[in-house]
Amino acid sequence: MPVDTATVRRIAHLARIAISDAEAPALQGELNAILDFVEALGAVDVAGVEAMTSVIPMKLPMREDVVTDGGLAPQILANAPLTEDGFFLVPKVIE
Amino acid sequence: LTDLTAMTLAEARDGLRARRFSARELTEAHLQAIERAKALNAFVATTPERALEMASASDARLTAGTAGPLEGLPIGIKDLYATEGVHTQACSHILSGFRPTYESSVTANLWRDGAVMLGKLNMDEFAMGSSNETSCYGPVASPWLPPNWSPAQARAAAMSDKRGLLAPGGSSGGSAAAVAARLCLAATATDTGGSIRQPAAFTGTAGIKPTYGRCSRWGMVAFASSLDQAGPLARDVRDCAIMLRSMAGYDAKDSTCVDRPVPDYEAAIGASVKGLTIGMPREYRLEGMNPEIETLWRRGADWLRAAGAKIVDVSLPNTRHALPAYYIVAPAEASSNLARYDGVRYGLREAGADIVALYENTRAKGFGAEVRRRLMIGTYVLSAGYYDAYYVRAQKIRTLIKRDFEIAFANGVDAMLTPATPSAAFAIGEKGSADPVEMYLNDVFTVTVNMAGLPGLVAAAGKSAEGLPLGLQLIGRPFEEETLFSLGHAIEEAAGRAPFPEAWWG
Repeated sequence: MPVDTATVRRIAHLARIAISDAEAPALQGELNAILDFVEALGAVDVAGVEAMTSVIPMKLPMREDVVTDGGLAPQILANAPLTEDGFFLVPKVIE
Repeated sequence: LTDLTAMTLAEARDGLRARRFSARELTEAHLQAIERAKALNAFVATTPERALEMASASDARLTAGTAGPLEGLPIGIKDLYATEGVHTQACSHILSGFRPTYESSVTANLWRDGAVMLGKLNMDEFAMGSSNETSCYGPVASPWLPPNWSPAQARAAAMSDKRGLLAPGGSSGGSAAAVAARLCLAATATDTGGSIRQPAAFTGTAGIKPTYGRCSRWGMVAFASSLDQAGPLARDVRDCAIMLRSMAGYDAKDSTCVDRPVPDYEAAIGASVKGLTIGMPREYRLEGMNPEIETLWRRGADWLRAAGAKIVDVSLPNTRHALPAYYIVAPAEASSNLARYDGVRYGLREAGADIVALYENTRAKGFGAEVRRRLMIGTYVLSAGYYDAYYVRAQKIRTLIKRDFEIAFANGVDAMLTPATPSAAFAIGEKGSADPVEMYLNDVFTVTVNMAGLPGLVAAAGKSAEGLPLGLQLIGRPFEEETLFSLGHAIEEAAGRAPFPEAWWG
């Protein structure tokens, strides 16, 4: 099912990507080309087929529920564009 | 002294052990080659001081008799791997300035075994592409001259926008170009839908995407976690075997990494392929297929038959659904993985009036057009109302694709032989500008392997009528990479070793 420009804008917002009004029509065409390409899958009979969750059958490894690291704040903040007093800096989120 | 960049990884290893040259000399020769090849744009960052330091330490260990399996061998690292304190951007503007405070498990394994890091290699942004044209650092020129081009013409193009020069493939285009241009002895690469194997085919190199779980994904910039796998690109199949032995292995930091011993893959090189059953999947014979590719495929079967293998026709009926299903699964996983790039924790930050505007502006500016497109498709197929129709359905089709292979393997097929790419290398600027799907079709033969988690190897198998490299793909049972190394080597031997192109680039 093809998407319209309103849907393109909604998806862009959900994906947290700013788009201009001028970009929307071109994006709409590209997204519809991809959706058109995958459309044939709708005709495949998947009745009774399980959706894949793990491509190689394996048991998830378990370990003791203990702290294995910590005290890494300087490393975690090392690449942040803006920090203050050991915290990430963001625009005000609570009025 | 012979040209120290003209050897294979195995030859260089043996030369170092015999002390015919030092690791430092070997490293210097490669650093000089990189310097002269800037116009190819294969490296996006070089680490000469670190390389020489590592080489000197290797020379000391070679003297002391404590050399590791890759001691003193200079290699390149795809920009997707986190390297501590060193440029790591997955060739995306959104990771501008990122210097990890940790090392990926695969590269750590390589340094443990004595390898020397030359620098970071160009790639498609976040590994999304088949020509290396989506990189924020611009395209990579293949060292192979376009048909009927003079070296001077190629040099001029390489110094400008590179249009008309051949693409090395993608996403591991920098890795493939660097190996074929003799800028490094081997390179790390990654493969989500064909990103090791298609560049190998385009550049006359060898590459293997191992079984999902064979290598740790820890410290690799994530694209589509259920499909991503690390692997080597190298001058030949033997060199891939040597590299993979060091790259592979259990890692508690990746819960999908498998805890099973790593074989000595090199021992499989030269092993007889007599009695192996090789399937030719009939669904890979596409309508309107390039006759040259079809002839190559048949010739590959003849070579393996002559080496004593049994060639059988097999059917993988869901093959044609693999590529469309991939373009649901991979973007969906990418949209989730790339949600982390928020302008707050690392990389680029574009100011906004509020937090949402900060996110939206950062991501609009930081991601290139192809990445934005895939993130939007991924977001759409996971959104309310479409999740079952697209995503769950694609995951069911994935089960069917894997089942096709399981049935063939259960019927006694040891490996499959298929084409690697629909054609030889195309030119930079030639494909995908009007319709993104045109570029996606490049992965038609490789993507099934990621969807089924299987190992896939591409070996050089000769040249096109225009003199460009062509590769053949071998697909194996889970964790039976050794069979692929034996078969790939047999193909390489039968095809005859072709020299890599003369250095026209400087």
